[in-house]
Amino acid sequence: MSELTSAAPATNEAPEYKERSRWELFKRSTFWYSFTRDRVAMVCAFIFALFVSAALLAPVLAPTNPYDLAAIDIMDSELPPAWAEEGDERFLLGTDDQGRDLFSTILYGMRISLAIGLFAVVLQAFIGIVLGLMAGYFGGRIDSFLMRVADIQLSFSTMMVAIIVLAVFQASFGSELYSKLAMLMLILVIGIAEWPQYARTVRASVLAEKKKEYVEAARVMGFGSGRIMFRHILPNALSPILVISTVQIANAIISEAALSFLGLGMPVSQPSLGSLISSGFEYIFSGSWWITVIPGVVLVVLVLVLNLLGDWLRDVLNPKLYKG
Amino acid sequence: MLLFLMRRLMQGLIVMFVISIISFSIQDNLGDPLRELVGQSVSEAERQKLRDEIGLNDPFLVQYSRFLGNALQGDLGQSYFFKEPALDVIFAKMPATLELVFAATLIIILVSIPAGVYCAIRPDSWGTKLILGFSILGISVPVFLTAIFSIYLFSIELGWLPSYGRGETTSVFGLWESGLFTRDGLLHLILPAISLASIMLPLFIRLIRSEMTEVLHTEYVKFAKAKGLKKVRIYFLHALKNTMLPVITVGGVQIGTMVAYTILTETVFQWPGMGFLFLEAVNRVDTPLIVAYLIVVGGVFVVVNTLVDLLYGLVNPTVRLARTAQ
Repeated sequence: MSELTSAAPATNEAPEYKERSRWELFKRSTFWYSFTRDRVAMVCAFIFALFVSAALLAPVLAPTNPYDLAAIDIMDSELPPAWAEEGDERFLLGTDDQGRDLFSTILYGMRISLAIGLFAVVLQAFIGIVLGLMAGYFGGRIDSFLMRVADIQLSFSTMMVAIIVLAVFQASFGSELYSKLAMLMLILVIGIAEWPQYARTVRASVLAEKKKEYVEAARVMGFGSGRIMFRHILPNALSPILVISTVQIANAIISEAALSFLGLGMPVSQPSLGSLISSGFEYIFSGSWWITVIPGVVLVVLVLVLNLLGDWLRDVLNPKLYKG
Repeated sequence: MLLFLMRRLMQGLIVMFVISIISFSIQDNLGDPLRELVGQSVSEAERQKLRDEIGLNDPFLVQYSRFLGNALQGDLGQSYFFKEPALDVIFAKMPATLELVFAATLIIILVSIPAGVYCAIRPDSWGTKLILGFSILGISVPVFLTAIFSIYLFSIELGWLPSYGRGETTSVFGLWESGLFTRDGLLHLILPAISLASIMLPLFIRLIRSEMTEVLHTEYVKFAKAKGLKKVRIYFLHALKNTMLPVITVGGVQIGTMVAYTILTETVFQWPGMGFLFLEAVNRVDTPLIVAYLIVVGGVFVVVNTLVDLLYGLVNPTVRLARTAQ
């Protein structure tokens, strides 16, 4: 069930295709084929690529540097977007409560949100894959212990665990020191809290793969368990991992935003999308809707695009994954 | 069944034990109780004496067992801010949170079951596409943004609904401050409940849809159709019954999750419940209150999860047999 469909059709073909480069192989795969046939997936991938490159190029694209306190004029605060009546053409999307250009701040904020989402998922994947491989491959006591722990951890929601852990850290560090460590803490907490998702998925594929002959063969040849797990089984279990990864990144970005909104995440001086929304929330009642609404819309589009891509990947790679 | 029950209870106890250790170490490391008691102006020697007297220099195990003993008797210390027993403060705020969760659950049940069933029965209709499109949008909007957008639309732009607080409450039997019986209270409940429900709705719609689709392909449904039973009867009596099994398990776990999301919803709407109280306690470093919240919420999680597992074991005989056979 978990053959890597992207490469399968090409590698099974006659030897004349062996000469082709990896890119050509990729272009001939069912993966690429179904991608070019699916308009939603293409639009989503395009928007996501746009967001990622905008975030990467933020220092080049942004008209002002929101971290540079000298460039900010408090007199510019709470200006509406340029198209509104009192808008200032210097600030395309208006300014926030501190007089920062909202467009630049959103670009930088997206950078932080994406970075936290990505690194948190890398951490989740690392812990989850290692533990999931171990649980599935060794079975027995290790398996039942790890899965029991995963069950218990899943029964407490990530949000709850993250809120409590971060709250306690903030209370014991003091907010000054905490704001410096915020990014690292967010990555660690979101990363550690969600490992069971990966562990369960990996374990399920390992259980299916373990019985196959190539694993037997590797064992007979005397390879160690570590080598069999990582070099033989893992590559065959990659597609479900890929599928949950997109959704997990979306979830991690939402979690980060929620935590920042509660004041447990990124500080106002270095805002992520969540802390921007949070800082604008006080002003929504006085009519400055753009500080909250524009980053909010950006966040929703980013997450929506990732979720749609995840849905599409699931359909293409492994329609039965979520049924396990 | 008895064995299953015992195992679940053991697991619950272990989890509570871990929570108590975590809570205790928080209490032990966060803030200095001496300063709360005597202030800054006491000499170092006197401090040491006092420390010995109230047992702060005792070994970890002694201190922990004292904490556990007090906790079992319902004594989790005094809140620094409210100057009242922490548990009392929490329980005073609990009705607000429970009413919010109750209202949200009601919305979820009333909306997700018809929507999910409809999507399964008519997989290709426009209605289904609309519902599924809405559900993926719903997953992508964080709960606090749903809350903010709805405040902006319904309270600020349209001015239809109040944006914060609980409104007028009435006392039920003197122990439950309820907002469910006044018009004002109900109006205040609408936006928070919808926001809280919005996070779970898509999940349930999709779950019910996929389970129902599977059930509709089974032999017994085909047989019922062949027998000429009314469609409504097949869908809502025969098929839905078997759809609800997995929904119960997921649902139970999600009720626990909802308690976590109340923190977000309550913060946006300044709803005077436990979650809002907890965040305030964090900002004030009110350790006893933080610890009391942890233990109460942990307890709620464990009780709910255990009940759901038991319920699942009761309705689904295969689980019961499989687990006993292990």
